[in-house]
Amino acid sequence: MSDTKGLNRQQMADRMALEFRDGWIVNLGVGIPTMCSNTDLGDVDFTYHSENGIIGYGPVAAAGEEDLNLVNAGGQNVTMKPGGSVVHHADSFAIIRGGHIDATVMGAYEVSMTGDFANWKLKGQKGGGIGGAMDLAACAKRVFIILEHVTRKNEPRLVTACALPVTARGVVTLVSTNYGLFEPTGTGFLLREIAPGLTVDEIRATTGGILTVADNLRTVRLAG
Amino acid sequence: MQTGGGPCDTKMALKSKQVGSFREAIADIPDGSTIGFGGFAMPGVAFNLIKALLEQGAKRLTLVGNTTGGAAVPRMPDMGMLVENGQVAKVICAFTAATRPTDVLPFTKYYESGECEAELVPQGTLAERLRAAGAGIPAFYTPTAVGTELAEGRETRVINGREYLLEYALPLDYAFIRAVRADTFGNLQFHRAQRNFNPVMAMAARTTIVEVDEPIVPVGEIDPDQVHCSGIFVKRLIQVPPEPEGIWPTRRQERRR
Repeated sequence: MSDTKGLNRQQMADRMALEFRDGWIVNLGVGIPTMCSNTDLGDVDFTYHSENGIIGYGPVAAAGEEDLNLVNAGGQNVTMKPGGSVVHHADSFAIIRGGHIDATVMGAYEVSMTGDFANWKLKGQKGGGIGGAMDLAACAKRVFIILEHVTRKNEPRLVTACALPVTARGVVTLVSTNYGLFEPTGTGFLLREIAPGLTVDEIRATTGGILTVADNLRTVRLAG
Repeated sequence: MQTGGGPCDTKMALKSKQVGSFREAIADIPDGSTIGFGGFAMPGVAFNLIKALLEQGAKRLTLVGNTTGGAAVPRMPDMGMLVENGQVAKVICAFTAATRPTDVLPFTKYYESGECEAELVPQGTLAERLRAAGAGIPAFYTPTAVGTELAEGRETRVINGREYLLEYALPLDYAFIRAVRADTFGNLQFHRAQRNFNPVMAMAARTTIVEVDEPIVPVGEIDPDQVHCSGIFVKRLIQVPPEPEGIWPTRRQERRR
């Protein structure tokens, strides 16, 4: 890993999962966002949607008990929760574009202070991997991003403007990194919660745009 | 096993669409065809028909599907193999590169060298373009990809204060899909995540060919209320034999991250 400061990957996911509310329909992207499904949220009752039309899936199946025809968007053999349902791909994306997804959680290479983000194409790459990201980004009610705060070269991933081709513009409302919890403000980022072991100055030095600090700044809350 | 569309001893109202082999099912596919490959990850992919197409050898194909494939282990028959086999002019899909930057799809080098064209389409737009083709809608406006590189130089329109991008229907000559159960008329059921693109690809294609997990049943055996894709969208059916002759989904091996 490029950076071991602050939260680990599961903790970054745990913090984001605390945002989920009762009754929500939530779509988790591949990578760290998938780890939100490991977070114990007690009585909060919500439903996971996967791009391939699986609604209401549960944990990854135990070894030997997989249904090889049941996968989430990351191709993992998951289980079905009681009350689950299946639709075809066009209906699955009608659910997305129709505004029926309360929150989507995705990984990204960069997030800008105006809420743009980039996660489908690397610098100099021909083509890329869009998958369902552009549909989700444009149409989910809330777009949450989880990413590591800096690159391997210690450059900010929270930036004034994305250098990479964007997935959508002005949509990100909340970002969980290993350094803390941030909101794009248009002119910078608002630090709402700070990871143990980090200082505001350290974060300011590794964040693009103007970093503002919440009046009630607290240590990152974690579930479980 | 039943074969062909020949005479039948029961009072079947409809002619069977069963064919005798994967080779026979795809024998007539000419060079230059546009073929949709249903499936998402392992479920619903017509591995056996794809393998037969590799052997059949049609060229200058345009292939439509979620991904060019080849990132998962073990590797299954995929678009990338047809590209490697020199059969493909263009792919239309949601991934021409892997989700994880460290994974390299076999397709990528053919794309970068210009040997094969690609049209990268957001997954929901791809599904809706297929649905539109099957539903007689020539084009539609979608909020997806507005403000991105994909929308550059293309027609957009502001409707009720929001900007939308014009996308065109994507009709197919052929679709290869997989179902768990079928009757001889081609009424289909899918199991869990097998469904994905398959019903919309069946609607979008002039000739839909289905490989089926279970023995194909006589008409009337599937309750009409429980049909996931009507047989009116299906032209040919073939049952997948057991391994090793037939290719079935396998457990995905977890890789190092």
